[in-house]
Amino acid sequence: MKKYLLKRLWHGIITILFISTATFFAMHMVPGDPLSSEKAITPETRKALEAEYGIDKPLFIQYGIFLKKTFIHGDLGFSYTNRNTKVNEIIANHFPVSAKLGLLAIFFATSGAIMWGAIAAKYRNKLPDYTSMVLVILFISVPSFVFASGAQLLIVKLNAATGWNLPYRGTDSFVSQIVPAMILGLGTMAFLTRIMRSSLLEVIHSDYIRTARAKGLSPKQIFFSHELRNAVLPVITIIGPAIAAITTGSFVIETIFTIPGLGKFFVQAVQQNDYTVIMGTTVFYGSFLVLTVLAVDIVYGFIDPRIQVEK
Amino acid sequence: MKKATEIPDIAELDFSPVPKSEAHEEKMRPSQSYWQDAMRRFVKNKRAMLAALSLVIMLGICLLGPLVWRVDPNLQQLNEALQSPSWSFEGRTAKVIADPDNSRMQTFVPQAGILNSTVENIVTVGLASTVQIHLSWQAPPGAHAFQIYRNELPPLDRSTLGVPLALVRGLEYRDALKLELIDYYYSIVAIDQDGKESDSYKTLQVNVEQAFSLSDAKRLGFDVEVGDSVVLNAHPLGTDSLGRDLLARIMKGGQVSLYIGIIAPLIYIFLGIIIGGISGYLGGKADSLIMRFTDFVIALPFLLFMILFKVAAGNSSENSINIILFSLILLSWPGSARLIRGQVLQLREEPYIQAARLLGGSPLYIIFRHLLPNTLGVILVSLSFAIPSCIFTEAFLSFIGMGVVLPDTSWGAMCNEGVKLMITYPYLLIVPSVFISITVLAFNILGDGLRDALDAKMRSRE
Repeated sequence: MKKYLLKRLWHGIITILFISTATFFAMHMVPGDPLSSEKAITPETRKALEAEYGIDKPLFIQYGIFLKKTFIHGDLGFSYTNRNTKVNEIIANHFPVSAKLGLLAIFFATSGAIMWGAIAAKYRNKLPDYTSMVLVILFISVPSFVFASGAQLLIVKLNAATGWNLPYRGTDSFVSQIVPAMILGLGTMAFLTRIMRSSLLEVIHSDYIRTARAKGLSPKQIFFSHELRNAVLPVITIIGPAIAAITTGSFVIETIFTIPGLGKFFVQAVQQNDYTVIMGTTVFYGSFLVLTVLAVDIVYGFIDPRIQVEK
Repeated sequence: MKKATEIPDIAELDFSPVPKSEAHEEKMRPSQSYWQDAMRRFVKNKRAMLAALSLVIMLGICLLGPLVWRVDPNLQQLNEALQSPSWSFEGRTAKVIADPDNSRMQTFVPQAGILNSTVENIVTVGLASTVQIHLSWQAPPGAHAFQIYRNELPPLDRSTLGVPLALVRGLEYRDALKLELIDYYYSIVAIDQDGKESDSYKTLQVNVEQAFSLSDAKRLGFDVEVGDSVVLNAHPLGTDSLGRDLLARIMKGGQVSLYIGIIAPLIYIFLGIIIGGISGYLGGKADSLIMRFTDFVIALPFLLFMILFKVAAGNSSENSINIILFSLILLSWPGSARLIRGQVLQLREEPYIQAARLLGGSPLYIIFRHLLPNTLGVILVSLSFAIPSCIFTEAFLSFIGMGVVLPDTSWGAMCNEGVKLMITYPYLLIVPSVFISITVLAFNILGDGLRDALDAKMRSRE
């Protein structure tokens, strides 16, 4: 177990290094630099600024400095577009917003999928099953930005028609986060519903369920303490990739609902060539995803002893 | 159940072959190959056939549509901007009229007195057209200025006069503010010398005709004179904020979306077949090296790198389409390489492959005769799910402004343009979204159908 953990961690570190190296050189291949968007800049100021940010040095030395600062001191540097703001601060301020949204979305997705999938499996080949399968494929196929802007439009029209004041953007209240989180989790929920349904169908026909029925348990008891518990396992495995999908999905949702999360910041930074912010968020997101997938894999080993983590 | 003793004597005749004519020929179905069987199952699947049909229609609209609908998708006609979908392909005829006369209004001398009556005799001067509506009226005593209101519905009372257009110190007004082919209700309220609006008003219903001013017509390339009429393009799906025809743009954008969505998976699955096939067939050191590398590429945060590739190639670059294609291929091949490798590893141990090897089949023969045809089902299924996911990714990137850039367009890019004016002109967002959704939906259903037809293992699980 220990050996496996170390090996996974080692692979994770190499992946993060690989990600940051690739990002660094890809970004520096972009024509223009962060200072070229500065208006009316004298050559002297430019020189001074270049020296301040260290982009006057050769690329490989810059890379070395970047590696040392990032991985030894944990310092991601200052943003180019927001002077005097550290990238660490930006992440510290805006990641919690994204994380809250993401957690809420994952909560909606998993709880919705377990319920929905269970209903579909219970009423197999009946109306609830057919409708839910149609809805599932619809939710997988329609891009989240369509749902997001559609929901926004609906809220605006509803407000206009009824005189209510439902929030349709920003993160002023908990209520304003519910709609974005639900839409963010919709695709994942549909995907998980499918898995939940087929896994429950498999469980229903297994021997231990027959045994449980034979020893006289009530259908309710069988459903909650045998079927549901075993059927949920495959759903939990997918949560690792689901977190990744929801993280990237939040780019769009945050942009549409003007939620000041890290995803929106990243998209902005890419558009403005803000080197340090791009690098910082990439390294951060990369590490975050690698570690989450690792954590989910390990937790899964504990939940289901049949899975051998060592392998 | 019969007891053993009840078994009758076994005659020798029972062991002789049955005459040919008595054989149960009618009970035998003609033997079907795997592909014939799959085809039969697929054709029986109504949902999948419907999806296939709608995809054929969608491809037809995008690829053959421009041959029929010969409107330039990049033609900007500002005076046609933001027209709602009309659902009609009939061109509208418009009269060509002289350029609107913008000379100064006649000076207006207010009559002395107290304002206690309303405006009289509102009339339109000349042709009331989409170019201009020219109103004139007579002032009551005591009126110093007039407030002009416009509404698209008949006003019910003083508070529903509509949009206040202008405050006029004269006896005529020329309205040219975004006139459409509907009836307008102009209401005029007189204002006294203290600047106070009177409570009474007069309304005139104006019926608008489609028209073009001579200079506009000339600029659009019509060789006409005043009094002629021109035929304008119809806009079945409306126009965008620059007056570009939405149907033509849907066709053009669809070509781009489908091009990326179909070509990228074809290429990266081909790459995956080669890399995964080699890796699986060779095994050993080479296999583990190749698989380590694919693991790394899979671990890369997909969207982050799509965006970075895009940025690295220059965000305003002219061939933005090929950049997306290239980055999609570069980041997506490992999935299919893994899949194919797994298949090849599994098949390699099958007895029939070993038999082929024993009989002296060369590796190339074995790969092409046995391995590939047996993985083809899996490949086809993964291709049919890769296409919608690529269309999805492209739409997603274009939507956040990281995908296809002007002058090219795609359905995702059109959604991006549409979302800005969504509240007032929802069709700008709805039209391209519907096209994306139907296409992705159809591909997904088709993929489900293909999987059901081709993959016996998956079928038994459902």
